[in-house]
Amino acid sequence: VKFSRREWALTPSPYPSLSPEQKQELATIAQRIVAPGKGILAADESTGTMAKRLQKINVENTEENRRYFRDLLFSVDPSISQHVGGVIFFHETLYQKSDKGVLFPKVVKDKGIVVGIKVDKGTAGLNGTDGETTTQGLDGLSERCAQYKKDGCDFAKWRCVLKIAHGCPSPLAIAENANVLARYASICQQNGLVPIVEPEILPDGDHDLQRCQYVTEKVLAAVYKALSDHHVYLEGTLLKPNMVTAGHSCPRKYTPQEVAMATVTALRRTVPAAVPGICFLSGGQSEEEASLNLNAMNQTPLHRPWKLTFSYGRALQASALAAWKGQPANKQAAQEAFFTRAKINSLASKGEYKPTGQVDKAASQSLYTASYVY
Amino acid sequence: MPHAYPFLTPEQKKELSDIAQKIVAPGKGILAADESTGSVAKRFQSINTENTEENRRLYRQLLFTADDRINPCVGGVIFFHETLYQKTDDGKLFPQVIKDRGMVVGIKVDKGVVPLAGTNGETTTQGLDGLYERCAQYKKDGADFAKWRCVLKITPTTPSRLAIIENANVLARYASICQMVRDGGHHGIVPIVEPEILPDGDHDLKRCQYVTEKVLAAVYKALSDHHVYLEGTLLKPNMVTAGHSCSHKYTAQEIAMATVTALRRTVPPAVPGITFLSGGQSEEEASVNLNAMNQCPLHRPWALTFSYGRALQASALKTWAGKKENGKACQEEFIKRALANNQASIGKYASKGEGGAAAGESLFVANHAY
Repeated sequence: VKFSRREWALTPSPYPSLSPEQKQELATIAQRIVAPGKGILAADESTGTMAKRLQKINVENTEENRRYFRDLLFSVDPSISQHVGGVIFFHETLYQKSDKGVLFPKVVKDKGIVVGIKVDKGTAGLNGTDGETTTQGLDGLSERCAQYKKDGCDFAKWRCVLKIAHGCPSPLAIAENANVLARYASICQQNGLVPIVEPEILPDGDHDLQRCQYVTEKVLAAVYKALSDHHVYLEGTLLKPNMVTAGHSCPRKYTPQEVAMATVTALRRTVPAAVPGICFLSGGQSEEEASLNLNAMNQTPLHRPWKLTFSYGRALQASALAAWKGQPANKQAAQEAFFTRAKINSLASKGEYKPTGQVDKAASQSLYTASYVY
Repeated sequence: MPHAYPFLTPEQKKELSDIAQKIVAPGKGILAADESTGSVAKRFQSINTENTEENRRLYRQLLFTADDRINPCVGGVIFFHETLYQKTDDGKLFPQVIKDRGMVVGIKVDKGVVPLAGTNGETTTQGLDGLYERCAQYKKDGADFAKWRCVLKITPTTPSRLAIIENANVLARYASICQMVRDGGHHGIVPIVEPEILPDGDHDLKRCQYVTEKVLAAVYKALSDHHVYLEGTLLKPNMVTAGHSCSHKYTAQEIAMATVTALRRTVPPAVPGITFLSGGQSEEEASVNLNAMNQCPLHRPWALTFSYGRALQASALKTWAGKKENGKACQEEFIKRALANNQASIGKYASKGEGGAAAGESLFVANHAY
């Protein structure tokens, strides 16, 4: 059946944006990243962000120090690939080499891990809002993606930021960020990159768990409507959301089971089953908190049709950084610290993490409140 | 700005989700017996039976009093308004008959389609005026779920953007009102959301899949905007099929793959069940297709079952032919289809001439093609 240009403009157009082969490639990449027991190492800290990390351990923010630390992470034992399905790179790192002179993407790929790249260009203010932002980086994105694909990348990441406050997130912030995420995702897929969609709702504030859940549901509903409007192939995407938590200054403290129930409920109401995996950001959580919460997600008594795993930066690297302190002598200790967190999060992604000193699964299940409360 | 003003207490949410789960419990589906008086006229005409109130009562009585073999097959029955107040020969109200059998009573609450000016013959559905009061009364009178049908069609120029958003919006308003209903100690009517895309036309399977995905994405965005509690709803969509006049014929596996793919891309896992309409399909076709859905190798987080009218009643109606002495035979035909669809809803239906489950699976094409 043929459709005229006018028909195409008026109706849901059947013009295919991806061939079956392109779809298969994208879906295969996405599934590899979130294969059982695997998650993502977010090593894409920008130069500015690395400055903050290195300053904390009194290390100078030089290109060589950044290279050294990433090399430390990427050159751990190859069995890391049982726990890490993908690594997100920052642009600079993609063209740096290991101590042995091998380009980092190759080091990572040779371990059977998928290479990803942060492609956004940071936030930009939305006029007329209470300090809300959108994210820029769409200009020339297609060409940049094509080059990244040539240089070894198979997935990309783009971070949008929303906040909870009086009047926030506003309808504009929600709609604009959802739209820019969908444009980014569409462009990535045209260039063979799986887009990780990251609509982060910051944990700043004194709001309770319920409020965060409500906002998360509204934001994710808008994101998936935008992805549909932009004809994004969901089976070839991943989602990187915040967990549903109370604000940092909320006086009430919630258990990992409550965090898990609120999060999984919100995701069940908004994320279509076609999405292969949800890789949580760790935000301001400690390493242990991030692992306990992820573990609780995977023990929630609600049906979860997507993988629930990690895409952690600080929550995988904090101990390693602290152990390294910029001293080559500490390299092995730092690597062990990283490997330990990777193994723990791998277990957490299967709901099998048993921290010492914790009661067993049967006892902790009684902490769940029935789902209808949420 | 998203501020939550919760209008459902935890107990109210639980009542809604319990009702929904009861309707789509494993092996069960819905008997859509909500044909309006006008629709019944067409059915009865085909069997040369007069469309009187008594004949409508006698016919529905046959269905509702079929023997216990239908108990594991029927989770809910959708009524038309008139039928909700009719009685058996022994003077028992029909809703009570259904409830006593452990089935849930539902009621059609929309008031039919009306045209959308400036479109190519597209419609929206009316019935929102006083809907809250009507639903409160229906709840008192035994109904625990409701049904509202919107209609879209595929042509080179439709469904238009307006038709999609208007129908999605009216479905969300209806759903929201149902869930708010209070009747003394009882709360909530589970809304079945029905955005039917008609099978008329010569479009292929892909076109229908594409349109279905766009329509359902809009429906679930509207439900989110209207704060509808998804765990206390059901969806009644069309299966994804080619148009009736499409020259290419598709297998049950192709229909299943296209349908399940579309649903996986749009229907949140929180929705407990999807109860397909049968549209113009024959009884056997509707069972075979539902069976293929439940054998599809793609993961399905919701129940996939039936909400069939004609596909449960066609043979029964024909066998009855308006004659009292055909009553038992009529019921046997209905029971036969109820059992077939019970099996299909768990992927175990072996129709005559079809291989076993293993043979069917090899016909599935890899999902990335869709």
